[in-house]
Amino acid sequence: MGGGIRRSVDALWRVESAHIVGTLVRMTGDVGLAEDAAQDALLDALRQWPVEGMPRNPAAWLTAVAKRRVLDSWSRSRALDDRYRRLAEDLPDGHDWQPIPDDVLRLLFTACHPVLTREAQVALTLRLVGGLTTEAIARLFLASVPTIQQRIVRAKKTLGEARVPFETPEPAEWKARLGSVLAVIYLIFTEGYAATGGDRLIRSDLAEEALRLGRMLTGLLPREPEAHALVALMELQASRFAARVAPTGAPILLADQDRRRWDHSQITRGVAALDRADALGRGRGPYALQAAIARCHATAPTFADTDWGRIVTLYEALSQLAPNPIVDLNRAVAVSMVEGPDVALAAVDRLAESGALRHSPLLPAVRAELLARLGRGDEASREFAAAASLATNVAQREALLQRSRR
Amino acid sequence: MKYMLIMRSTDEGRKAYEAMPFEQVIEAMGAYNEQLVNAGVLLAGDGLADSMADNFVVDFSAQPPVVTDGPYGETHELFNGFWIIEVSSKAEAELWATRCPLGPGSKLEVRRVTDMSDFADFADSPALQKQEELRARSEGA
Repeated sequence: MGGGIRRSVDALWRVESAHIVGTLVRMTGDVGLAEDAAQDALLDALRQWPVEGMPRNPAAWLTAVAKRRVLDSWSRSRALDDRYRRLAEDLPDGHDWQPIPDDVLRLLFTACHPVLTREAQVALTLRLVGGLTTEAIARLFLASVPTIQQRIVRAKKTLGEARVPFETPEPAEWKARLGSVLAVIYLIFTEGYAATGGDRLIRSDLAEEALRLGRMLTGLLPREPEAHALVALMELQASRFAARVAPTGAPILLADQDRRRWDHSQITRGVAALDRADALGRGRGPYALQAAIARCHATAPTFADTDWGRIVTLYEALSQLAPNPIVDLNRAVAVSMVEGPDVALAAVDRLAESGALRHSPLLPAVRAELLARLGRGDEASREFAAAASLATNVAQREALLQRSRR
Repeated sequence: MKYMLIMRSTDEGRKAYEAMPFEQVIEAMGAYNEQLVNAGVLLAGDGLADSMADNFVVDFSAQPPVVTDGPYGETHELFNGFWIIEVSSKAEAELWATRCPLGPGSKLEVRRVTDMSDFADFADSPALQKQEELRARSEGA
């Protein structure tokens, strides 16, 4: 019974904590205080509910108890001010508490506020909006619990010191602030998707968490095309999860993946999400363009049978919108499929001359691949070895070294 | 992990539902679906028609299989709708399922949707790979 209640409370917290904490931040204007009070209420619940049973509306119960905690701490620490009185008057209605979706949105914008470092934004988003415990976040990021704990404490302090208001951004800063929310969610996803370290199941949990946050965002902001596009991008990439790592742990390249193992219902969902973004008729942003590229891959029957011409065009549009050497490199790969490896090699060489991606194994790896296709085996070997020496991850380094020996 | 919430109603449950004002039913279900969407857990869901003209049953007890109108007659509980949700635990699936606005005579059967990890030991089985291939084709992506 006790374990059952514990699991039910954990589930409730996952589903309701953003609403509860959001309500409390709106009332107190203090993320740290709100979260501490909510955690205290949760401990009370774990003590009382196994004995007295679950209340009729558990989330309202938690909110009411947390409010009382806030009042207690205020009455200890400062004179009764207006805010205290308003909150106190609000208490008798505690059990009629209804979640306000906008509180979750405000919480998301607060957790991703630009005064915080990206690392802090990620941890705080998972904690406040995702309802994950510090232990769970540490496990997902292969970090120690004290490291994450400290990061969260410091982030809450920074928000307090900067007096960050609990609100959705003004129109003038909307685009940049939304961009920050999208970037945080996508970073959580890529951390789970791209990292080859750690337990594979754990990493897919992280990607799933990002998808959940992304879908949540589209529910809250149904008129934002880039929110739908981000979900599309994540669904389309995640659909390849099962096919992209060999049983030995070695990464499998797109060209060699068994497409039957892609998750086709996930592809269907991704395509539908991109259609929703497009249907809003406000043009394609960087996430929509990346999702459109992912869709070309996801819906191609084979690697050779991919619409590479379209992919080149999409990369060009992306490069105009958000110039990035990785995009140029990917574009070169697509060009090699349309115009041949020689044309692509010239583009990669120009990129190399610009000094971009100097410390990444990606550029020499692509160069090596193109040289190999041109029959220039010795040069290809040298480039694969150069790429291997830049690789940071063991599985990747092994794969590159193997190619260099051919 | 994914769960399927399978809605089943007896005649009594369906009658009770029909007696309710249509607006009220739509509003309650709409609010439930909205909660699922806003929580980022809803993957799919639909209601199933119960008009006799649209439905039939294929029984494989005989060869060739026998097609009959249905699924009426001795059906005690009609399967009349479903949701597929993606959640992080069985307890979370239970939480969502118990929030569904259904009344007496209605039940939700909640089943975890299998994924490849359920068959990890057989990943190299040709039959299983074939099945995945067919699934891929039927979904026509």
